[in-house]
Amino acid sequence: MRCDFADSLLQGYFDGELRGRRAAEFERHLRHCAHCATELVDLDLLRDRLHLAQLYEPASAGLRRKINAPLQAIAPTTAVSRPLVWHWLAAAAALLFVAILLWRVGHSVRSDDYQAELAGEIVDALVRSQQPGQMNGIASNDERVVEGWLDGRARFAVPVRDFTNDGFPLKGGRVDAIEGHAVAVLVYERNGHPIDVFIWPTRERDSPPRAGSRQSFQWVDWRKGKMEFCAVSDGSPVDLEQLRQLINSFA
Amino acid sequence: MNDFDAEDRLRFEQLVLPHVDAAFNLARWLLRSRADAEDVAQEALLRSYRFFHGFHGGDARAWLLQIVRNTCYTWLEKNRPMELSMEFDEELHLQTCATPETLAIAGDDRKRLTLALETLSPRFREILVLRELEGCSYKEIAAITAIPIGTVMSSLSRARRQLHSALVNSPQGARP
Repeated sequence: MRCDFADSLLQGYFDGELRGRRAAEFERHLRHCAHCATELVDLDLLRDRLHLAQLYEPASAGLRRKINAPLQAIAPTTAVSRPLVWHWLAAAAALLFVAILLWRVGHSVRSDDYQAELAGEIVDALVRSQQPGQMNGIASNDERVVEGWLDGRARFAVPVRDFTNDGFPLKGGRVDAIEGHAVAVLVYERNGHPIDVFIWPTRERDSPPRAGSRQSFQWVDWRKGKMEFCAVSDGSPVDLEQLRQLINSFA
Repeated sequence: MNDFDAEDRLRFEQLVLPHVDAAFNLARWLLRSRADAEDVAQEALLRSYRFFHGFHGGDARAWLLQIVRNTCYTWLEKNRPMELSMEFDEELHLQTCATPETLAIAGDDRKRLTLALETLSPRFREILVLRELEGCSYKEIAAITAIPIGTVMSSLSRARRQLHSALVNSPQGARP
């Protein structure tokens, strides 16, 4: 026997699209309806299975080349912009070098450093999340949509802010697990590079930022207002620091 | 396309090109073929490029996927009209495309899921791909497929049920 709720609210609840009163209404219903409870489990199994199978098929390098070709032909890069790009790249490379150096030095002094180890785990989680098919999250620029999606999945309130006006548009969120704990992840974008900000509650006092790099990623970790943040990106560390200050001004 | 200058190109590269994977993935699942998807995705990108002046900010991914989707449907109408006209004949579709035998041949779960997904009508397939593979919100799906949000929810419900039964029809049951 099917339940009346099954076709309407169940899917929305499962997809994190119900908020406020409607979500509460469905949760009340769920306590008494074995059918919907089972169906939710089935939906979750099906989703896990779809994600594990890695069905996402990215574009081939050949297709990218074909798509890029007409762009290159129509608007050749101007003489002014090229040195600027190199300038920027050189600056980024220099910063990267300094960051690696600092990380190396710091690392040899205190190899059991908590934040560096944690950042290592976080970078690994980030790499995992970038496997094709690993899309267990919400893609949206709307703070409330992302907050609503995380609400209930993360088990703690996540401060979600869009910084489009400051050049860091919010792209979405997801949940991940670090050291066996559920953490919330907000994804921002800067100059075509995603920046993932891992967030979880902590009992520790506020702490100043600590930055490092691992594999090809930069990270910065800090604590503010009983929350710990770790921002990771393959872009410039300068951008990470700028985003950190934006987040801190609201945290 | 003529007045596409360096600034447009930069904007296009920043806003639209990051979604080439999404464009190809949607085309691949709608057309059920990588080779056809390469052609149609390329055509859709060209089209998005040509009409880029008509894009006034907002969700670039949704805008591009809308174009990909329309290009795919136009292509299907021209090359495989049967596929579109058969879309409500679910029973027939299940029988012709994914008999338990064909599903049994599929060794691993990825192949099995692929076959099962491909038995769904394009409308149900696209909605699952957008939601589960692309991670689109209902609002984004509604914008891309031009259907109301309420219909997104009920279509997802039917699509998931169909996928589930297509998988259960496989002799090894729902789980490998």
